[in-house]
Amino acid sequence: MSESRITGAAGRGIPVRGDDIDTDRIIPARFLRCVSFEGLGEHAFEDDRKNFSDGVHSFDREEFQGASILVVNDNFGCGSSREHAPQSLMRWGITGIIGVSFAEIFFGNCVANGVPCLTLDSSQVDEIQGLIEGDPGCLLKLDVENRSVHAGENTYPAGLPDGVQRAFLEGLWDSATLLLEASAAIDEVNARILPIQEQS
Amino acid sequence: MGKNLLQKAWEQHTVRELPTGQTQLFIGLHLIHEVTSPQAFEELRVRGLDVRYPSRTFATVDHIVPTHSQERPFVDTLAEEMMVAIETNCREFGVQLFGLDDDRQGIVHVVGPEQGLTQPGMTIACGDSHTSTHGAFGAIAFGIGTSQVRDVLCSQCLAMDPLKVRRIEVTGSLAPGVYAKDVILAIIRELGVKGGTGFAYEYSGEVISSMSMEERMSICNMSIEGGARVGYVNPDETTYEYLRGRPFAPSEEGWEDAVKYWESFASDEDAEFDDEISLDGSALGPNVTWGINPGQSVQVDGRLPTVSELPEGERESASEALEFMEFEQGASIAGTGIDVAFIGSCTNGRISDLREAAKVALGRKVSPGVKALVVPGSRLVSEQAESEGLHEVFMEAGFEWRKAGCSMCLAMNPDKLKGRELSASSSNRNFKGRQGSPLGRTLLMSPVMVAAAAIAGEVVDAREMLGD
Repeated sequence: MSESRITGAAGRGIPVRGDDIDTDRIIPARFLRCVSFEGLGEHAFEDDRKNFSDGVHSFDREEFQGASILVVNDNFGCGSSREHAPQSLMRWGITGIIGVSFAEIFFGNCVANGVPCLTLDSSQVDEIQGLIEGDPGCLLKLDVENRSVHAGENTYPAGLPDGVQRAFLEGLWDSATLLLEASAAIDEVNARILPIQEQS
Repeated sequence: MGKNLLQKAWEQHTVRELPTGQTQLFIGLHLIHEVTSPQAFEELRVRGLDVRYPSRTFATVDHIVPTHSQERPFVDTLAEEMMVAIETNCREFGVQLFGLDDDRQGIVHVVGPEQGLTQPGMTIACGDSHTSTHGAFGAIAFGIGTSQVRDVLCSQCLAMDPLKVRRIEVTGSLAPGVYAKDVILAIIRELGVKGGTGFAYEYSGEVISSMSMEERMSICNMSIEGGARVGYVNPDETTYEYLRGRPFAPSEEGWEDAVKYWESFASDEDAEFDDEISLDGSALGPNVTWGINPGQSVQVDGRLPTVSELPEGERESASEALEFMEFEQGASIAGTGIDVAFIGSCTNGRISDLREAAKVALGRKVSPGVKALVVPGSRLVSEQAESEGLHEVFMEAGFEWRKAGCSMCLAMNPDKLKGRELSASSSNRNFKGRQGSPLGRTLLMSPVMVAAAAIAGEVVDAREMLGD
């Protein structure tokens, strides 16, 4: 349960270039045949890594091992609702993501797991991807409180919805406890909508 | 000023505003399946929580079930473990399961409507992105991750950010041989695969209002492929007629009140929308995807794009797609040879889909060398098809007639592409590796177009086989 406030994430960066990278690519469906998320980390991007046509996939490159901030492009995480996607990234070691935009369900799954996803303009993301490719040791910092990204010498103002920012800063991102607080109000709504009943 | 359906259903289901500023939204119907629920139940156990309203949660099994033999235990021990998990979880937590021993088993988005569980004005969640399907009934239905499945199980609620609404009007009438699948592929091509991010899509116009419920489901199903987590159609007589007499629909004595309640959710005439667009349905032809996302499609008589002529933002993705598919830019899509034909899925595995496809299969033969599958979306669809003799039409033509499940839509079961095989598929995603082979290739199209491709051995305009 989360009492934990999340103010940001920091570490070395790892770029994965390309728009519309879907959750089938992040974690292929055959790895969803499981009843726990354990062990998914080693299969992150498995098929993309095996079939990478342009050199070696960054998840296999020596210089990016141990990195924790993923830097992606537009519409990252589109497609399936599988939480296995952020789970596999987290278990590989990712603690925060910077991108141009994120698909909604993927973004929500990241929030539920305490992984901040901050958005920047396309040119700024390109710049950061170039920076960490040139200097893999460079430290990236996601600042949830000030909604910004620090990369090398630069600070970029970043996007994060208000509600999500507050959920992170106030330690409310693990929503189950929060939702259960309103027990009487939940029962009220249940009573005012139609019940579900099988006809006899 | 009037309100739209999303606003009305949202208000009706709002529990409170959360300290984060988000809405605590009550979920009227929660559907679960074997893939995205086991970890959620495990968390309930760890936290000592119950399922809050078991009568609002229904389970079925679809993703991992084999469609050839469904005998237990499954050969795939991992799949068997997942089956045991959902059976145990449903038993322990008091959730009704339409399992493999139940005639009501099938793909979750086929089963909900079929049973009359899906109703207008409801909020519906399921750990599957194609939950948008249920919006066809005027419900606010959307996919969620496993942590949210846990939230709904224990609280029947979700913490939600507000959605904007884009009204998409499809005017005119569809030409013969043009289907709901062609309409939604055109919409996604027009608005892009991320055009719907942050929006719910309200589908309206003559084309939509004259559609059957099954056609509306095909449209709403693929909203998520356009980035919209929610897609819906306002409820009308077609909706109520579909629901009447279904097992979980209101009984006759409560019927009039229920219809009144449902009607109250339809968007007001003076409702406002955050965006509105219009599309001429009369101008549409059969569509086929050529790339690696559902927005990359072309009419069957059209040509693949020339990369240099595309807007700059689409060039890189188009080049990547052409390279992966091994297609030449500017080539015709018609005449593309196929290895596999798949008719089924939550998009197009319903009885009307099978009836239309059977028209093309009747009296014809699947091209030698093409592996062709017909997979009904549910056991009830299968029974209905068999009572009409459709299974014989398909089998005589050389299609394999399978048992209900998700099958080759997502390849979490034995139905998978091999190597570089190219599949004509009535499913919803043409992502790299989606159909089970990391290098397998998918062309999305309507079930009728898949049937025609199976027979011709290549992409053809199915209208040539449909006759009058």
